[in-house]
Amino acid sequence: MINATNVHKFFYTPDKLHALRGVSLSVAPAEVVVIIGPSGSGKSTFLRCLNRLEYADEGSILIEGRDILDPDCEINEVRAEVGMVFQSFNLFPHLTVLENLTLAQTTVRKRGKAEAEKKGMELLRKVGIAEKHNVYPDQLSGGQQQRVAIARALAMDPKAMLFDEPTSALDPEMVGEVLDVMKNLAREGMTMVVVTHEMGFAREVADRVVFMDQGSILEVASPDRFFTAPEHERTKLFLSQIL
Amino acid sequence: MTQYRGLDKPKGRGFFLFWKSMFVAAMLALVAFFWVASSSVEYIWRWNRVPQYFWVNEAADVRAEAEGDVTIIDRQGNEQRVVVRDASGEEHPHMLPGEGKVLVSTGDFAYRGDVLGRYELNRPGILLEGLWITLEVSVLAIIGGIVIGVFTGLCRISINPMLRWGAITYIEIIRGSPLLVQIFLWYFVVGTLINALLEHVGFGGISPLWYGVMALALFTGAYVAEIVRAGIQSVHRGQMEAARSLGMSYAQAMRKVILPQAFRRIMPPLAGQFISLIKDSSLLGVIAIRELTKATREVVTTSLQPFELWIVCAVLYLVLTFTLSLFVQYLERRAIR
Repeated sequence: MINATNVHKFFYTPDKLHALRGVSLSVAPAEVVVIIGPSGSGKSTFLRCLNRLEYADEGSILIEGRDILDPDCEINEVRAEVGMVFQSFNLFPHLTVLENLTLAQTTVRKRGKAEAEKKGMELLRKVGIAEKHNVYPDQLSGGQQQRVAIARALAMDPKAMLFDEPTSALDPEMVGEVLDVMKNLAREGMTMVVVTHEMGFAREVADRVVFMDQGSILEVASPDRFFTAPEHERTKLFLSQIL
Repeated sequence: MTQYRGLDKPKGRGFFLFWKSMFVAAMLALVAFFWVASSSVEYIWRWNRVPQYFWVNEAADVRAEAEGDVTIIDRQGNEQRVVVRDASGEEHPHMLPGEGKVLVSTGDFAYRGDVLGRYELNRPGILLEGLWITLEVSVLAIIGGIVIGVFTGLCRISINPMLRWGAITYIEIIRGSPLLVQIFLWYFVVGTLINALLEHVGFGGISPLWYGVMALALFTGAYVAEIVRAGIQSVHRGQMEAARSLGMSYAQAMRKVILPQAFRRIMPPLAGQFISLIKDSSLLGVIAIRELTKATREVVTTSLQPFELWIVCAVLYLVLTFTLSLFVQYLERRAIR
C-alpha cells in the first residue's frame, strides 16, 4: 500500500536542517501504524512526504505502486486516494459543513451534487454530526470540527488515511470523540498512518508502533512489545517521560 | 466591534453625552465660520440659480426651413405637423411634440426662419451629464480594475518568472508615475498611435472616454493586484494544503477555497481603492472628457458662482463615494463568514 524507502528531507530555512535521515516504512493494506516521538523528530514531516505536501529530497515513496517522487506522477490522483487529517482541522470556513464534504467530491471525483450530498450526509451520520450539516465550521467545537475533517477526507473514498496529530489541538474532553471515530475506522479495515501523542490509542488500535527521533526511525514494534519492553534507550527515556 | 472597552476605566453616560454634543457644536461652528467669512467678502449666494445646471427647462422654437404657404396642420401620432409649401410646390413638413403650441394657421405665409411653433424642452443639465459621465467612467474602470488586478495579483505569486516579473514590472511602473501623466500618455501617445492605425485600416477612432477608462483601469489594477496578493497570502496555508490533500488542482483550490476567503478580507481596502478611483476620474477633464469636475469648471466660468457650484460638485462626488461605501459595507455584512 505505502512503501517508503530511505527517505531524506532537508529544510533550508534559514540553515540546512536534515529533517529526515533515511526513513523506511512499509504499510500493508488495512494496517494501522502509529508514529510517535518527541517534537522535532520528523514524524509530521515524514507523514507529509507520503502525500507530497513536502517533496522528499531522496529515496522513493510508492503509493499503491505509483512513485510519487516521479515528476510525471499525477499527484492529484494519488492525493485523492490518500486522505489527510490535520492538527488544525483546516476546514473551509466559508463553506457549510456539508459543502466542506461535497466540494472535492464534485470538483475532483466529478460526482453530481445530489450524489455528493447523499455521500456527505452518510459520512456526517457516521461521525455523529449529521444534524449540524448546515452550519459553518466556526460554530462547531474543536472535536466536532475534527470529525467533520475526517468525514471530508473519507468522502473521497480514500484507500488510506494519514492523521497528523489529530487530537493535539483539542480540549481534553473532546479527544475521546475523535479517537472513537478513528477506532471505528480502523476496525472497518482502513489503512491508517497516525502521528499522535495518544499512547492509549496506540496501544489499543495500532498494529505496529513506530518510534522516531532526530529524523530516523529508532524502533518498530507491536504495541505490546513497544510499551512493555522497548529495546532502544531513547525509547525507554521517552516513554518514562510521558507515561 | 474591535474596541476593548474593558481595558480602561468604564466611561459614564455623561462622557458620551458631552462629547456627542461637542461634535455637534464643532460642526455648527464650522458652518457659522463659512457663513461669516463669506459675508465678509461680500459674496452673494445665489443657490436658486444652481438647479438650472441640473435640469434644463426652456422654451424651444420650431422655425420654418422654407418660404411659402402653410398648407396643412395636423397630428401624426404623438406629434404635430406643420407643412409649408414653397413656390415650386415642394412640401416641407415641420414636426413638433404633441404638447407644443402651433403659432400659425393654414393659409399663413411663412418666411424662412419664422417661428411656426413653440414647445417646452426638458433635458438633463450639464452637471447631471457630467455626473453621469463620471459614474460611467468609474464603473467601467472599476470592473476593468478588478479583472486586471485579480489576474495580475495571481501572476504576482506565480512561480513562472515571466508572469511574476511581468506583474512586478507593471505594478512598479504604474504605481511609480503620476496618474495625470499616465492619462496624457494614454491619450496623446497611445491614443494617437492607435487612432492613426485604425484610420489606416479604415475604422473610426476610439473616443477619449475609452482612453480615460483604460488609464484609470490600468492605474487601479496595479493597486488592486497588490491588495489581492496580500489577501491571498493572508489566507492560512493550511487551507491550500487541505484543498490539495483532497486531490484538487492548484487552480481549483485557488478558485473554490482561497479566493473566496481572500475576497472577504480585501473588501475594505478594495472599497478605499475604488473610492480613490472615483475621485481620480476628475483628472480626465484634461483629455476633453466632460466629467463632473470639467463640467463644473465650465459652468463656473459662465455663471461666476464658484462657491455654490464647487460645493455642489463636492457633494455630488460625496454622493457617489458614499453610495459605494455603503454598498461595500452591505456586501461585507452579507459575507460575514
